[in-house]
Amino acid sequence: MTATTLPPRKKTEPVSAPPGGISDRSRAERRLGWMLAGPAFVVMLLVTAYPILQAVWYSLFNYRLTDPGNRSFVGLRNYWVILTDGLWWQAVLTTVLITVVTVAVELVLGFALALVMSKALASIRPVLRAAILIPYAVITVVSAFSWQFAFNITTGFVNKWLAWLPGIGVDTDWFGDRWTSLLVICLAEIWKTTPFISLLLLAGLAQVPDVLQEAAMVDGATWWQRMRKVTIPNMKAAIMVAVLFRTLDAFRIFDSIFVMTAGANGTESVSFLAYRQTISRVEIGLGSAVSVLLFLAVVLIAFVFIKGFRIDLAQARGER
Amino acid sequence: MGGLAACGGGGSSGPPTLTWYINPDSGGQAKIAASCSDASNGKYRIETSVLPRNSDAQREQLVRRLAAGDDSIDIMSLDVVFAPELAQARFLAPVPAAVASEVSKGVVPGALQSATWDGKLVAVPFWANTQLLWYRKSVAKAAGLDMTKPVTWDQLIKAAQDQKKLLSAQGRRAESLTVWFNALIESAGGHIIDKNSTDPTKIKLGFDTPPGKRAGEVMHDVATSGVVGPAFSTSSEDTSALQFESPDAGFMVNWPYVWAQANTKVAAGTLPQSVPDDYGWTLYPRVDENTPSAPPLGGINLGVSKFSHYVNFAYQATECITTDENQADYMVTNGNPASSAAVYDNPDVQKNYPMADTIRESLQASAPRPLSPYYSEITGGLQREYHPPADVNESTGKQADDLISAVLRGDQLL
Repeated sequence: MTATTLPPRKKTEPVSAPPGGISDRSRAERRLGWMLAGPAFVVMLLVTAYPILQAVWYSLFNYRLTDPGNRSFVGLRNYWVILTDGLWWQAVLTTVLITVVTVAVELVLGFALALVMSKALASIRPVLRAAILIPYAVITVVSAFSWQFAFNITTGFVNKWLAWLPGIGVDTDWFGDRWTSLLVICLAEIWKTTPFISLLLLAGLAQVPDVLQEAAMVDGATWWQRMRKVTIPNMKAAIMVAVLFRTLDAFRIFDSIFVMTAGANGTESVSFLAYRQTISRVEIGLGSAVSVLLFLAVVLIAFVFIKGFRIDLAQARGER
Repeated sequence: MGGLAACGGGGSSGPPTLTWYINPDSGGQAKIAASCSDASNGKYRIETSVLPRNSDAQREQLVRRLAAGDDSIDIMSLDVVFAPELAQARFLAPVPAAVASEVSKGVVPGALQSATWDGKLVAVPFWANTQLLWYRKSVAKAAGLDMTKPVTWDQLIKAAQDQKKLLSAQGRRAESLTVWFNALIESAGGHIIDKNSTDPTKIKLGFDTPPGKRAGEVMHDVATSGVVGPAFSTSSEDTSALQFESPDAGFMVNWPYVWAQANTKVAAGTLPQSVPDDYGWTLYPRVDENTPSAPPLGGINLGVSKFSHYVNFAYQATECITTDENQADYMVTNGNPASSAAVYDNPDVQKNYPMADTIRESLQASAPRPLSPYYSEITGGLQREYHPPADVNESTGKQADDLISAVLRGDQLL
């Protein structure tokens, strides 16, 4: 059995298209398009490209904000210092771990929530959607504080609730150990951003043509078969976009770690490392180099997803 | 002055407005700002602007604003460890000689030292904090400890173990860990910085010395004594204060605010009067029996920004803010101890702080944390190597020396 999807529609050629060229009309449309999108494009360049290029430039200097007189060009030395430092690799490992765990769990949970939302009775659907979306509306810092207070040994209630579990007692110090700290950080992230994934997947679910579902049902396919052969293949693009966006987001994790452990017990992420060099130590050069490496990692992830998994962002938006 | 006033912080008419960036408190600095505005007879007005609660965040904000030449800052409440960095970066306006001699009169030595960089006074001492050894009288009595005589960390560990009571200190990876370690190494006769320098590569650190090792030993012994409570590696000053109010309380090192906090709770009816009645206090514990302890020093100095349009007015204002009357009032209402030794004889202070004389004695003996423009690297490296305190061992000192030296040379990340 193979997956069932609708064949791609044939592109319709414009009737008036001259052979091998663009019609006057589409040229005019293209110009209008540039005029409409142009200002936004320029603003984007100013607020994103300029700081990125400046960070790349600064990363080649030994530059401390409180000692601008001694600024000196050091070439790629900052990158060498970072890439030969165990702390960097530990932060990368921590970040990758958090990213993989949270995105995997969020995908499964988010998919289940999307199914619930799409199948729920029309009367309770708005309430259900609002309820599921609430965590996403909470500011990350606030959510991090709530989770910290919940697991804190003096203010928390979690130890009391879970005391019946083996290995957990009223004296369990969640933030005193690397793995339990990471567990709480991941839980907070999952709670907070699963709604985002489920919302994207809900949009994907709505795109699965009803005709295919009906045809499969007529053929006697079970729920599980329909899920595997019809629903999931037809929303692959939506899934990949949801995973891509969340992966990029998760890889830049900062707030939860900053609030819950302040980087203690080996819970530092790459963003946290960039923060410490740039903001705390005011070592603009070294910090910029960390930021540039973080940026390259994010670009790499996006590239692998888009090329490797052949995600078509246009298709995911229903433009094809 | 007319020309300066025209640069205007406070609109086109009226006296110039000085902006005082303050650390959050219970309203005391705003009150002083208002009374000093009145006292200036219309020469200037002082407005306050509140900095973040956390001292690291205060520093981050001030450094970034000053590096950008922000002229909206006139006066700043600086944590005792900030002055060298800001002074070395030339962000602070030089203290006029007349002001310097006036504001240093009668100031406890540690506070004066923390406001001095490169042999010159660079900030105005305002209030000075110190940690005391707090004990439950009942527990000390049962353990047979004579608290009128100096006690050592080893004695405290043993007494707490015998009585099955808590010995509360701060094991969290935060500035409080540096405060603790610095007090231990200074009490053992050493220093975090053995040889200071404005050149980061020439700073010689003292972690890997006999006093440094002894400090690490005490830290490790306390953390593994079994009497520090269940979450020692995340416990802060507030955790300790809470522990000390509980029935398990035995001993604690902490700032004097715990006294005001307990009494506030009694007034609110959430803590029985018998609890603060059982509070005893004395000087910070010794590391070695025969060497006096060097208690931690905290507090706030006032800095005047070089980018201020009203440097002279700002320094006049700091003289007003730090008068003995204001310091006494601030201590009584906000719980922050004065940097001027004479304030401790004030009847109001004596009445509200039965431990006032102990605080003054502790301040006189206190040792500041390392004074360096690279303080954030030193405290950051220390916190990385000495946390969790239970894992501190013989080689921690060498590792801290190596790490911080490498970070200062620019060879390693922090």
